[in-house]
Amino acid sequence: MKKWRFFGGIHPAYSKEMSSGEATVEMPMPGELTVYLSQNLGAPSKPIVKKGDTVKKGQMIAEAGGFVSAPVHAPTSGTIKAVEKRPFPLGDDMDAVVIEPDGLDEWEEGRNVERPIEGLDAAAIKKLIHEGGIVGLGGATFPTHVKLSPPEGKKIDLLIINGAECEPYLTADHRLMLERPRDIVEGAWLLAAAIGVERIVVAVEKNKPDAIAAMREAVKGRDGYVVADMDVIYPQGAEKQLIYAVSGRKVPAGGLPMDVGVLVQNVGTAAAAFEAVRFNRPLIGRIVTVTGSGVARPGNVLARVGTKFADLIEFRGGCSGDTGKVINGGPMMGVAQPSLEAAMMKGTSGLVLLRRDEAGQYSGGPCIRCGRCVEACPMRLNPSAISIFAERLRFEDASEFNVMDCIECGCCAYVCPSRRPMVHHFRRAKAEMRKAPKKAG
Amino acid sequence: MLTAVVTLAALGLVAAFGLAMAARIFAVETDPRIQLVEEALPGANCGACGYPGCSGLAKAIVEGAVGIGNCPAGGENVAHTIAKIMGVTYSGGSERMAAIVLCGGSDQVARKKFMYNGVRDCASAAMIFGGDKYCRYGCLGLGTCAGICPFGAIRMLPGGLAEVDPAKCTGCGKCVDSCPKKIIKMVPAKRTVHILCSSHDKGAAARKACDNACIACGKCVKAAPPGAITIDNFLAVVDYGAEIPEDVAGECPMNTIVVRKEPSGCESCAAAAAGGGAV
Repeated sequence: MKKWRFFGGIHPAYSKEMSSGEATVEMPMPGELTVYLSQNLGAPSKPIVKKGDTVKKGQMIAEAGGFVSAPVHAPTSGTIKAVEKRPFPLGDDMDAVVIEPDGLDEWEEGRNVERPIEGLDAAAIKKLIHEGGIVGLGGATFPTHVKLSPPEGKKIDLLIINGAECEPYLTADHRLMLERPRDIVEGAWLLAAAIGVERIVVAVEKNKPDAIAAMREAVKGRDGYVVADMDVIYPQGAEKQLIYAVSGRKVPAGGLPMDVGVLVQNVGTAAAAFEAVRFNRPLIGRIVTVTGSGVARPGNVLARVGTKFADLIEFRGGCSGDTGKVINGGPMMGVAQPSLEAAMMKGTSGLVLLRRDEAGQYSGGPCIRCGRCVEACPMRLNPSAISIFAERLRFEDASEFNVMDCIECGCCAYVCPSRRPMVHHFRRAKAEMRKAPKKAG
Repeated sequence: MLTAVVTLAALGLVAAFGLAMAARIFAVETDPRIQLVEEALPGANCGACGYPGCSGLAKAIVEGAVGIGNCPAGGENVAHTIAKIMGVTYSGGSERMAAIVLCGGSDQVARKKFMYNGVRDCASAAMIFGGDKYCRYGCLGLGTCAGICPFGAIRMLPGGLAEVDPAKCTGCGKCVDSCPKKIIKMVPAKRTVHILCSSHDKGAAARKACDNACIACGKCVKAAPPGAITIDNFLAVVDYGAEIPEDVAGECPMNTIVVRKEPSGCESCAAAAAGGGAV
């Protein structure tokens, strides 16, 4: 029996049962939508609307700000209230288009109509995916059309559709696979056609047997698909770890999946690509898991891009009383939020609310060189040494130890008995190295 | 026994002769003043002069690449000592500068937006939503500047603010570079009136974030000599070229303006000797 796994990793409490059985419900229109202009990794988008304009649902409100960028579309019809800085879930305030919905939810002319997909060539699919504002929905929000455009000479022969969803608490991808498996398979076919790949592996962790069954059912009778039941270990859904677990190929340090002939796309991205190409519906909404013991009714919500966290929590019955922490994303890689005025983005897969007693407050001690982080690191780095270098502001040395290859999964911090803020150290070191002038050679 | 002693003595003599010859032949001519100048310098290797350390600057001074007053940390005293070594007269350089942290938002008066639990370093803290204070300009209070100061001139107040002791500060400027919020400024040490705020937020927003914030009401501008204090984008800024009477501080409704003096009398010369003299 094949072992679908990689080196290192951890087994955190998954806590997915709170929301995995809850069918996705569509969220009613909130009073205001905050659509950030930085919805993707890479260059932010450029707004093409101004205060006072009226927009239709699906209308482009910001164009791509470069090649590694994607356009942004209005999640509903309404009036542009402002284009200004608003609280942002990932850091300092960010420029956003604020839309006041008119309640009609009217599509723009030509949107939301079925169109034939047979006979589309690779360039046409890529163009439609780019125009649909599709970005990687696993969390990194890398523009999908860029991933579909490998440079000359790079041959991709394997597409992995990532349904691992290894992050604790989150069940958005799980519900998507249960509720819309055919859309995922159709989308995967489009992505494969765009890069000329014939082998597609849908990778799902074993702890979602119903999702595996649904995906197997959906690919029945189609050639080239394999649905793999992956071992349950965090971070199984991380790109490089998943590639190794599925194909045994190792992405070189500093390299990309395309260097070993693989493309990885999240299940949500596949479904969104299908909608964009088949129905001309741009990416304006997604499933968000609102869960944790800090929210009254945990569940999965189909919400529009730009919905404020406060509205999402309100829709799931509000806070359960002793809520101490709200995390955008999962507890391993998510970012704790200082303000519920921040709004969800294309890459927001969940909102985890923890009780005060669950959200521990502690300060890290010195490294005791126990080596647990070295055993846990799925990138085979030496987190202990890197964190000590970063602590002493010796960022060059941290770079020598390949801090730039850190995927910030948090395994090291999870196992650290000294409770050191490992990932924070690494982020600092990476930021300093990006600032530093590149050394010749 | 005798053979051993003679052999060793002979070997010793030969080796000593070899070494003496080598010292003559391969001798490197160095200016003895370089070592004297290096001894006169503070020896903190702070790098404020732009050279890697004090020995680098000493060499540059003796070779004439830079002037004798080029050690910002050493100041007047060191310049005079070096002038004696070099046999020149020191005509006096620029006035002595000292650092000041332009923030009065201690934990008692400035509000925080979340509990910070990460790395105890200001630059790391600033990466997370710009820091835990509502005021995006304020001192983060984790003491990166205090840790980096080669002269022990910065201390952390209990309220989470950094404070520079102007008597100990040599003006090397290391703290200025270390502050991620860029709120440490070099000002003439003789100036006593300071506006301890760096917030460019509008009055209402600034007041909401901090009880000691400058709200740009303009009272100090009127009380001070013309041009000595100006409002720049909702923040009152002191022109350190001008003398400002100390009673202007009393005009500020937010207690943002403070008077900070160097210790006087004997304490002063002791501190100056400790900070600026050859130690």
